[in-house]
Amino acid sequence: MYPSRFRYEAPSTVAEAIGLLAAADGEAKILAGGQSLIPMMKLRFAAPAMIVDINGIGGLNYHRADGDGTYRIGALCRHADLEKSASLGDHQPTIAAAAPVVADPLVRTRGTLVGSVCHADPQGDWASVMVSLEGAIVAQGPNGQRSIPVDDLIDGPFQTVLAADEIAVEAVVPAARGTRAGGYLKLERRVGDFATVGVAVSVEMSGDSVAKAGIGLTGVGPATINASGAAAALVGTSLEADAVDAAAQLAAEAAQPRSDHRGSADYKRHVVATFVRRIGAQIQRSEQKAA
Amino acid sequence: MALDEIKIGGLGASRRRVEDNRFIRGKGNYIDDIALPGMLHMEILRSPLAHARIRSIDVSAAWAIPGVRMVLTGEMLAARNLAWMPTLSYDTQAVLATDKVRFQGQEVACVVADDPYIAKDGCEAIVVDYEPLPPIVNPSQAKAPDAPLIRDDKTGQDSNVVFDWEVGDREGTDRAFAGADVVSAIEMHYPRSHPSPIEACGSIADFNRATSKLTVYMTTQAPHIIRAAVALVAELPEHMIRIVSPDLGGGFGNKVPVYPGYVVSILASILLECPVKWIEDKSGNLISTGFGRDIYLKGEMALRSDGRMLGVRMHTDSDHGAFFSDAQPSKFKIGLMHSAFSCYDIPTAHLTAQGVYTNKAPGGVAYRCSFRVTEAMYFQERMVQAAAADLGMDQAEFRRINLVRDDDFPHRTPWGFLTDSGQYQKCLDLGLEAIGYEDFLAQKEEARQRGRLLGIGISTMTEPLGAGNSREYDILGIKMFDSAELKVHMTGKALLRTGAKTQGQGHETTWAQIVAHELGIPAEDVLVEEGDTDTAPFGMGTYASRSTPVAGAAVAMVSRKIRAKARKIAAHLLEVSEEDIEWELGRFSVRGAPDRGVTIQECAIAAYSNMPDGMEPGLENNAYYDPPNLTWPFACYIATVEVDPETGVWDVLRVVAVDDCGVRINPMIVEGQIMGGLTEAYAMANMQFITFDEDGNCIGSNYMDYLLPTAWETPGFELHEVVTPCPHHPIGAKGIGECATVGGPAAFVNAVIDAIGDAGVRNIDMPLLPDRVYEAITQGHDISGAPPVKTEP
Ligand SMILES: Cc1cc2nc3c(=O)[nH]c(=O)nc-3n(C[C@H](O)[C@H](O)[C@H](O)COP(=O)(O)OP(=O)(O)OC[C@H]3O[C@@H](n4cnc5c(N)ncnc54)[C@H](O)[C@@H]3O)c2cc1C
Repeated sequence: MYPSRFRYEAPSTVAEAIGLLAAADGEAKILAGGQSLIPMMKLRFAAPAMIVDINGIGGLNYHRADGDGTYRIGALCRHADLEKSASLGDHQPTIAAAAPVVADPLVRTRGTLVGSVCHADPQGDWASVMVSLEGAIVAQGPNGQRSIPVDDLIDGPFQTVLAADEIAVEAVVPAARGTRAGGYLKLERRVGDFATVGVAVSVEMSGDSVAKAGIGLTGVGPATINASGAAAALVGTSLEADAVDAAAQLAAEAAQPRSDHRGSADYKRHVVATFVRRIGAQIQRSEQKAA
Repeated sequence: MALDEIKIGGLGASRRRVEDNRFIRGKGNYIDDIALPGMLHMEILRSPLAHARIRSIDVSAAWAIPGVRMVLTGEMLAARNLAWMPTLSYDTQAVLATDKVRFQGQEVACVVADDPYIAKDGCEAIVVDYEPLPPIVNPSQAKAPDAPLIRDDKTGQDSNVVFDWEVGDREGTDRAFAGADVVSAIEMHYPRSHPSPIEACGSIADFNRATSKLTVYMTTQAPHIIRAAVALVAELPEHMIRIVSPDLGGGFGNKVPVYPGYVVSILASILLECPVKWIEDKSGNLISTGFGRDIYLKGEMALRSDGRMLGVRMHTDSDHGAFFSDAQPSKFKIGLMHSAFSCYDIPTAHLTAQGVYTNKAPGGVAYRCSFRVTEAMYFQERMVQAAAADLGMDQAEFRRINLVRDDDFPHRTPWGFLTDSGQYQKCLDLGLEAIGYEDFLAQKEEARQRGRLLGIGISTMTEPLGAGNSREYDILGIKMFDSAELKVHMTGKALLRTGAKTQGQGHETTWAQIVAHELGIPAEDVLVEEGDTDTAPFGMGTYASRSTPVAGAAVAMVSRKIRAKARKIAAHLLEVSEEDIEWELGRFSVRGAPDRGVTIQECAIAAYSNMPDGMEPGLENNAYYDPPNLTWPFACYIATVEVDPETGVWDVLRVVAVDDCGVRINPMIVEGQIMGGLTEAYAMANMQFITFDEDGNCIGSNYMDYLLPTAWETPGFELHEVVTPCPHHPIGAKGIGECATVGGPAAFVNAVIDAIGDAGVRNIDMPLLPDRVYEAITQGHDISGAPPVKTEP
């Protein structure tokens, strides 16, 4: 398939990239993994006048924990880097659970977490994961950096509040106050399929009770859904079945699915609730094992 | 000393596929690899609407783009009498729309330009003014009293019905039902699916004004038929048309029909006097080219309380899209649907069939199935499972008592086919033993106590593969035989050409093995070529599992003609009479003096250097083969599954396949065909379908929506074999390319229905998506998957 004509630029620094974006007056697009942008261009759903390929910019392909536990994922960290990361599981169980179920192995070697969040696809897995972790994006523009919580970043389907001359340089997950636990479950029709329903649950345990919780929902609304009410219902509990069940019901209510060829709205709500319950049970089992 | 047949790559050798060498090294020659000097590129503008009147088309902005060489519209084609073309089923199809568009994705205009990017820009610059009309997406809408008439272009067509057809014994069947103890009924929709070869369609038309010769490189499974069609449609002399079908990236039936892109590229080449290339994109392929299935099946079975089948009634409502362009023998309106129930001993049956036009893409091609046999066998095995349940009988036992017995052949099927061979019970027994039937039933019961849902599904079937014979089978009047031509060079190496066209089946490997078997020439010494109408002998092409039964038989027959001539040469060389010559693989010897002999290679050189007086020199011949009957392979597929009652997701635990396709030429290739077929069967049962919304939008227009299974989710397959040689095929082979696609889906679906048996559900339409299974479990009713798909904001 043949995209419309475009100019191609490959800057080697973030500053240079920002300069190109600023000069393009909203007509440029950043190319990270290209796994969302290129399909849209070849179908001519997107026809940017300029592509700013950031893959040549050094030092953006990291994922690491700071001394205080803050977790940083650079703009060129690929899904596959997270999938294969040895250290991730201990620090970030929700991210570790999601990494192997995003797209397929081919796409995972190219696609980036930051690119996925910036793409703001309601069916994108990473935004829900980040929302459940109260994660943020660090955006850099001509006037420096600002941090935007992912929940505020996403403005609607495929829409973010990033300015045309801003680059998201990293995603940040704040340090946990307790022990992190969490999971991600996705209903897909096939490997490489977007989620019919995806559920991210992240908690911080203090002893055997939940000190903090977040729930993000994929594919069941016009944008990623922050099921904060459902998450609140988990706080203070020990994830006993009744408590998780109540949160599951609230999460199902928070979902705004539509009926389509993947299933009815009721079915999707039911799967949201089922997944919250299953992750809750998983966490409880592993907590018990650890104890 | 006789040659070791396996060592020379003869019958039964799992020889590596010779074609793979170039494919895996990137040295294949596919349509898009071909570039001719001065070649231009064509792109197609397609309709965004399913049904609309064209008020006007403004192409001026497209012409204005630098690099655009030509813009073609229906109006321009109409001036040359080319706006419509004949289909394979005696209907007409729009090449480029003139009056109306009749499905989403229909070809509206074409732009020819210096490169494909410019051609695409040109398409975007065309402005079409559409007046939307109500779209029709299923047969009941098509038959509604106030339904808009889709084919208002056809004089005398006053409804959306394409045909009414019936076959069988209506009264005899009525009597069987009147005398039945139990009548079991079922209905279902077999969804629209798409062959979706990994390479889409394409052509390069090259008309040379100086020689008046038209060469067309084209993705076609049937180059000779295409040559005839081009001669008729473009009114060009047939000897001045050369069709070359290069390496094909799959076909599965999709590359049998003639598509508008081919026709317009030919016209553009004639008008512009330079080569014009058209390469279809994936979405274009999925939304506009030959689909498979899309048929509503219902019927009932008359049963005696002891489990004997007494009769079957069946009705089909098929959705053909906007043009009736099914690829099937012209005598049969709904293909070989009436081959259903051929493996069971049923005295009588009756089938009625109605076809309708809808606002969907045309082309009910045989997607890896012999002319609607997939639907027939799916219905059969779903019906059999429902009947066993109604009788309260074990499903394996119910099949066992009704399968045709080994000593009943030749057997007349309920709709009049003649099956000739098989060991059905043995295949079933082997399958049950391999899956551990009794153990699984115990395991299933135990799991049920713990709230887990396990299920087992069986599918047993024989299907007719390898059309013709020519008495009954023709396409557009051309009889369905095939041919082969063999040239043995003087050094004993050989060139074999057939009228078939490989597209993944491995003809280059297996045809050489047949020659090796018949002549003792090592398979590696035989070069196989197909696909160029200037060099290959006439043939009907490769689809419907017909190549080994028909073209493969022709290969054996031409080899035998060569052997007969070589025998005369051997007698001459050995100075004895022909009657005193004996044949062993690769060598003639003198009866009673086995040491005195000549090899086939020695005969070959003699054919050019030392032939007997009066003998025509050379060692070449051809053979046309008209099979006396279809071939009837048998298969027993068994799948076990576990269903997650909370989500409706189901996983395959095991799949056992027992195939009897007669003599296996290359067992490895046969196994590859079975695994490929089972993968597609699993795909159809689990995920793969094209549907439409109320507005006629195609859902399944790309690989995000049209799901092909990957290595990740495709289950493993355990293969077993039984060999009952075909009594009429020269080497005892039967068709195999499609058995597993045909018989496989019912095994998976039967397994899921078995697993959720307690819900009281008879049917869930394929694909058995999790939401459908969940709804069936929780609501306890049958689930229809027919379009339009229900959407809400
Ligand atoms: C076959 C297939 C299956 C897929 N399945 C899934 C799936 O199951 N789940 C899922 O979540 N995703 C899936 N994806 C999408 C995939 O995860 C993408 O990698 C991801 O959505 C985008 O990341 P990217 O790095 O490829 O971004 P790109 O495609 O390069 O860019 C996407 C968008 O984000 C912008 N962008 C990228 N990086 C930045 C940045 N640093 N700052 C500002 N803007 C930026 C781009 O300009 C563009 O608009 C699939 C993709 C394919 C092709």
